[in-house]
Amino acid sequence: MTAVLPPPAAAGAPSAPGPVDEPGVSLVRGAWRRLRRDPTAIVGAVLVAAFLLVALAAPLLAGYEPGRALPGNGVTPSSVPGPSPEHPLGLDASGVDLLTQLVYGARQSLVIGVVSTSLGLAAGMALGVLAGAFGGWVDVAVMRVVDIMLSIPSLLLAVSIAALLGQSPISVMLAIAAAQVPIFARLLRGSMLAQRGSDYVLAASSLGLRHRTVVMSHVLPNSLGPVIVQATLVLGTAIIEVAALSYLGLGDGNPATAEWGRLLVRAQARLQSDPHLALLPGACIAVTALGFTLLGESLREALDPKGRR
Amino acid sequence: MSAVAPAGAAGPAGPATPSAEPPLLSVQDLSVTFTARRGSGRSEVRAVDGVSFDVRPGRVMALVGESGSGKSVTSLALTGLLPARGNRVEGRALFAGEDLLTVPRARLADLRGRELAMVFQDPMSSLNPVVPVGLQITEVVRRHTGAGRAAAKERAVELLGRVGIPDPRRRVREFPHQLSGGMRQRVMIAIALACDPRLVIADEPTTALDVTIQAQVIDLLSTLVREQGTAMLLITHDLGVVAGVCDDVTVMYAGRVVEQAPRRELFARPRHRYTAGLLASVPRLDGPRPERLTPIPGTPRDVVAWSEACAFAPRCTAGDDACRRGDLVLAPDAGAGAAPGHLVRCVHPAPVEQP
Repeated sequence: MTAVLPPPAAAGAPSAPGPVDEPGVSLVRGAWRRLRRDPTAIVGAVLVAAFLLVALAAPLLAGYEPGRALPGNGVTPSSVPGPSPEHPLGLDASGVDLLTQLVYGARQSLVIGVVSTSLGLAAGMALGVLAGAFGGWVDVAVMRVVDIMLSIPSLLLAVSIAALLGQSPISVMLAIAAAQVPIFARLLRGSMLAQRGSDYVLAASSLGLRHRTVVMSHVLPNSLGPVIVQATLVLGTAIIEVAALSYLGLGDGNPATAEWGRLLVRAQARLQSDPHLALLPGACIAVTALGFTLLGESLREALDPKGRR
Repeated sequence: MSAVAPAGAAGPAGPATPSAEPPLLSVQDLSVTFTARRGSGRSEVRAVDGVSFDVRPGRVMALVGESGSGKSVTSLALTGLLPARGNRVEGRALFAGEDLLTVPRARLADLRGRELAMVFQDPMSSLNPVVPVGLQITEVVRRHTGAGRAAAKERAVELLGRVGIPDPRRRVREFPHQLSGGMRQRVMIAIALACDPRLVIADEPTTALDVTIQAQVIDLLSTLVREQGTAMLLITHDLGVVAGVCDDVTVMYAGRVVEQAPRRELFARPRHRYTAGLLASVPRLDGPRPERLTPIPGTPRDVVAWSEACAFAPRCTAGDDACRRGDLVLAPDAGAGAAPGHLVRCVHPAPVEQP
């Protein structure tokens, strides 16, 4: 029996033979390796990357200033000018270069989507950790508030907040974030509760670790997976909601702001004569949301350490 | 492990007379009652009932019993890890003079991990899957010794080396799923040893491992006990493990201690019918070759309350009306040649085999 143990002299120093001190495969690196082999992830990542690129490089890609109607544009109540060498996609209903509008719309969607999702994530996680870490009456109190928030349809909540705070980009962000808070809070709390009963949490408490350490370094990291996935998915939904709010007339108050939802509203009157005015922004919204959804799903699979090796 | 010969293991390095050194952990009359509200009334289950035993430095006390005999509940009660509600713990558990059952929670948290540490049964689920194993060691070191990041990391590497993990510098960065079952259990042991505890409670440390690895892990644990003078409470249902490393044995049945004796004494002359049955159901290396194993009839669920009769009576070959008497006492063995400290709770003790 004793022969299996290395002599005590070898303890503490890395054994000389065998592989040299090479770093172990980290979770992130493993996830990255799995992501690269997943076609779904690649499609999602390409769509998201294209969206980010367009949003960041908007001034380079667009030939014109957004929201500024071109003089003598030839927009009539029955038709808009079609594609031409100067305007690859033609003009939109208000006489602005459509490509410019779409490109700047991506930027607008990105900013509002990312900021609102970050806000929603931060607030939702704070509530979720509070409920999941303490349990008892704190949990009950927090979750009842969250239940109330959940019982209001998210769009209705967003509409009320946007109406309450007036038309500004900030109110749009807050409105969308508020609708996300209960989702994140619930998800994180449920996920933490599932982890709290696990053996390694019991083992960690048996080692005398502080409650704070147990929650922060054992319960929370294991509970984050679903939340990260949800954040990616919600980012896609947020972009749809930005469009929906401005479609309802509750978006950014400035009519010059290029925004996909507003393009849809303006295209409504011309659906018969120029359907591409609605189809193109609609496609932008759909493709972007799809990209985030695909990426989110494959991220979930890749981040699962118990998944395939 | 079951085939390890009961005799021949190295004796303890400590003093020859076990009672000379004061016990590090003295459990006195420990009882755990689970209460549940069922319908209108309350129902109570007494999982552990008046259990007493001592664990001394440098020695291994085994707590043996079938599933449901209360051995794991005992260990959870000692470490304060039972759920906060739905149970009642009575008795005393003096650890170096402090009663573990009544110390403030903050003090208990200080003791756990530093003075007493646990090794759990299933190393896969007891290690956090998303945290590198090194970090799971360093956080314990840093919590209890206040060591810095670098010092704690060095300590983690040293500990992994000490429990026999090759290439520890690389292994500290790996995740539990990258290690084999035996290595994971070694990591669990390294975590338990992180602050050189005076008492290690190992709750079925080998159950989830395959047989060859079991031998290594048991060997590792016993080496550490002998070298460092650590006291160990080993909870197991495997008599092979008991024979291999333990100094003293406490046999539990249905929440009560039925027999308590030094290891050699227990294996040589078991007195309680349950202990004798356990031994007869395990193959022995020194027994006659074409050997028939004798299982204990029935299941641990065929139990009567201790307050009415011997709980083992329904399964016992010697059970008769004399056993149907409430609250049998755990008394020193009255048989010829009994070693001091051999306690048994039986009306009809098993006859002593003459070699």
